[in-house]
Amino acid sequence: MKNKIIKIFAFGFPTFIFIIFFLGLATDKTYDTRNIVGQKISYFTLNALIGDSQITEKDLVNNQFTLINFWSSWCAPCRAEHKTLLKLKDNPKLKILGINFKDSQKNAIIYLTKLGDPYQYIAQDKDGKASIKFGVYGIPESILIDGNLKIIKKYIGPLSKNDYLEILKVLY
Amino acid sequence: MKKLFIFLIYLFLLPNFILAEENSKIQIEVHKNLRCLVCQGQSIADSNSDFAKTIKLVVKDLIDEGQSKEEIYDFLVSKYGEWIVYKPAVNAKNFVLWFLPYIILLLGGIIILMFTKKGKNKRHN
Repeated sequence: MKNKIIKIFAFGFPTFIFIIFFLGLATDKTYDTRNIVGQKISYFTLNALIGDSQITEKDLVNNQFTLINFWSSWCAPCRAEHKTLLKLKDNPKLKILGINFKDSQKNAIIYLTKLGDPYQYIAQDKDGKASIKFGVYGIPESILIDGNLKIIKKYIGPLSKNDYLEILKVLY
Repeated sequence: MKKLFIFLIYLFLLPNFILAEENSKIQIEVHKNLRCLVCQGQSIADSNSDFAKTIKLVVKDLIDEGQSKEEIYDFLVSKYGEWIVYKPAVNAKNFVLWFLPYIILLLGGIIILMFTKKGKNKRHN
């Protein structure tokens, strides 16, 4: 009996350690917030960048698709993806909501005047608190939602050419 | 009269002080259990990053709204995944993580008990 237990332990313990390491090292540990895909976006009310109006999730309900893009004039990667946003602007199936993140209104307007305005709606999130509701932890980030406000895709970092093609694929 | 006036002001403000103190304690506790996602091994309490500052503001708002610690964790987990909390939730997915040490401890105890019992029996024989 004693020898049997020793044998079981001598074989079982290293096997157990091996399985733990194998599974632990094989899984992808890159952290992202893509787990929110499939969820509905929360209720939100944001002030428009220009004027006194407010933008809420109700404004997005009638759109076929909406791309919510978090950007700022001080963010260099946002400039890199700006051309892609301008290309998406004219798509009849898509509306783009730009959420200006921790920025000054003046700098944001200068940025859009210089580089072009790809947004149908522009809201401001001065202290960044609203971005937490969207699971944002850095910019640029973009969230593609449908008319039911369900998150279809989430893009962390600047939109690449592949992301652009993927968005078009979702739309058609 | 003056003393009575001071006493009444003190009495009026005391609950606010106690509440603020209590909220501040809860805030620190919540900050310590939240991982700063853009930092290297730092909690929200330790970090001064932009992300940590924003999370601190959100946590303060939620506490002021009267939300409990669990509600705050649930909200943040729904947005950022379970990785944001240091203390994982006790659920079916984390069952092994929470209970394996106790199971091993129990098994070890049983084995030690078996060996000692056998040893004693041999000595008696």
